[in-house]
Amino acid sequence: MKQLRNHTVFLLLMVVSCYALSAVEVKEFSSDQLRDRFKVLVNELRCPKCQNQNLADSNSPIASDLREEIFRMLEEGQSDQEIIDFLVVRYGEFVMYRPPIKTTTLVLWLAPGFLLLIGIVVIIVIRRRQTIAPDISSTLVGNEQEQLNQLLGESSNIKNTKNSEMPSSEIVDDKGES
Amino acid sequence: MQRLKLFIPLFIFIILAVFLLNGLDRDPNAMPSALIDRPVPEFSLPVLGDKESVVTQSVFQGQPALLNVWATWCISCRVEHAYLNYLFEQGIRIIGLNYKDDIVEANKWLSEKGNPFVLSIVDSSGRMGLDLGVFGAPETYVIDSSGTIRYKHVGVVDDRVWKKHLLPVWTAVQSNN
Repeated sequence: MKQLRNHTVFLLLMVVSCYALSAVEVKEFSSDQLRDRFKVLVNELRCPKCQNQNLADSNSPIASDLREEIFRMLEEGQSDQEIIDFLVVRYGEFVMYRPPIKTTTLVLWLAPGFLLLIGIVVIIVIRRRQTIAPDISSTLVGNEQEQLNQLLGESSNIKNTKNSEMPSSEIVDDKGES
Repeated sequence: MQRLKLFIPLFIFIILAVFLLNGLDRDPNAMPSALIDRPVPEFSLPVLGDKESVVTQSVFQGQPALLNVWATWCISCRVEHAYLNYLFEQGIRIIGLNYKDDIVEANKWLSEKGNPFVLSIVDSSGRMGLDLGVFGAPETYVIDSSGTIRYKHVGVVDDRVWKKHLLPVWTAVQSNN
């Protein structure tokens, strides 16, 4: 009996915790279209209080007020731009996670492209080096081929005459290894 | 050339260090108010402790004032209150904005801790706070005699903040009067 009661309490607690988890209040939209626009807006607008969260994520009182305000304005039939302007007038351009392109935000807009460019250049340079490197080892420059032929000739001569000269055979071994 | 490459990490470190050093002095919560040099938004709200009267933006006309956003639920306001009392003793005209607060609690607060405000505007819905761009209490605005917002400070006003940031603006606003 006691166990049953414990289970009931546990289940009730679980139900309650579900409510506690939902920071965003329930809103009844008059149409699905409005709800979709609301979702986009609260995701793209930043909470002025907790600066690394958008309005959708934040459970600070001001974020909840602003969600309420956006909801009200949407239901009044105001456009997305009107709502964004309303917030910008009060909280500054700071509230936009998608800031307009201006001289002050130029770095923000161009930096990712610039960094990508640097990345591409670095990859190209590394690739070049990797493809050039084996070429150097396999091509013989200047009179190296001549020297090689000479050495090969010498070693075959050595074989033929069976006169083993240590230094020249050493060189042949080195070449063979590399 | 090869030698120079050895210094690349050092250069990166110096650039990072400059940025980080610069960031040390910055308050990440400081945002330029969108309402600086703009008139106080229109409002028509009751006065705390006086149910009959209604106050509008015209209260800021004629002489400069500080507008202090406060509430009894705001812990930092508790810290700030003593300094506001001190400013009141210095003859600074402070108008309070009781932001989303319980009126009974707010009245109790003022009778217990002293009332540094000429009057406190009651903004129970937070509507005026929204128009002012308030995102948390306490906030303090310097408003000149034409009712134009000249400065906004977010956070507690203490001796250091007052002397460093608010007093210069306040003096300028006074001399323009």
